[in-house]
Amino acid sequence: MKQTEFLNTVLPLKDKVYRLAKRLLVSRDEAEDATQELYFKLWKNKKKLKDYKNVEAFAMTMTKNYCLDQLKAKRSNNLTLVHSNYKDGNISLQKEMELKDSVSKVHELIETLPEKQKMIIQLRDVENYEFEEIGKILDLQPTAVRVALSRARKTIREQLTKQHNYGIS
Amino acid sequence: MELANIENLLEKYDNATTSLQEEAALKDYFSSDEVAPHLIEYKALFTYFNDSKEERYTKTIPLKRKQTNFWWLSVAASVVLMISVYVMNTGVDQITPQERLEAEQALKDTKQAFQLISQNLNKGGNVALAGLGEFEKAQNKVFKTE
Repeated sequence: MKQTEFLNTVLPLKDKVYRLAKRLLVSRDEAEDATQELYFKLWKNKKKLKDYKNVEAFAMTMTKNYCLDQLKAKRSNNLTLVHSNYKDGNISLQKEMELKDSVSKVHELIETLPEKQKMIIQLRDVENYEFEEIGKILDLQPTAVRVALSRARKTIREQLTKQHNYGIS
Repeated sequence: MELANIENLLEKYDNATTSLQEEAALKDYFSSDEVAPHLIEYKALFTYFNDSKEERYTKTIPLKRKQTNFWWLSVAASVVLMISVYVMNTGVDQITPQERLEAEQALKDTKQAFQLISQNLNKGGNVALAGLGEFEKAQNKVFKTE
């Protein structure tokens, strides 16, 4: 793969790679470092890249593996993750504040999900991949993806509803 | 879109049986301002997904790293090493006969000086030992151990 080809096919994936890394690693700095590291690896393996039919799926799989490795290393080092890059908006309208609150609530809820569900939510609801593609990236059957996704969505929905009803009563 | 239709889609959404098109339709509906009040918690969800997709990686990606620097460093180090070895080896051989004679003279002088010192030290040592003998005699007189 030549440099121009790399720049045209692999580089545009950088936002997706970064977002998936951030979903898993939580902190912005770590996600940025991971993205840089992954692109360095991809660039080093650029000759092999053209052998892969689906470069995008390959890049996403690499991202997943790299981030899970990072998490494992972190856990064995007993380090805690540094949270919170939530944006703070200064919107005076009460209703928008409430919406903002529950939007960041969604973020927190997704953070509490198991890693697999987190990744599936990210890939499906944010990046809009097909189930087959997600299966390829995560090395799962499409039906397994569907089941995990449904579980994740229901968990989030239930928690949100609980939160919402609590706010009213 | 009709409310019943939306509710239907939401149920499918929870069971993860919606297609990407249907999910896009849901996203559209919930990004509008006219969301049915009992579905308001979904608005946060879809707003969050839309917001998340807007996030960008803003740093630049350096593809070539400073790795080559190490290569140059090792070359530079070996060059420095070779030069220093060369200089040291040739430096020894560059002594003029005049310098050699001077060095030998200096060695001779030094040896002589050391010889003198050691002789005198020996003398001093003997005197000191004799003194010790005197001391012992005096001690025997006082304590009369035998």
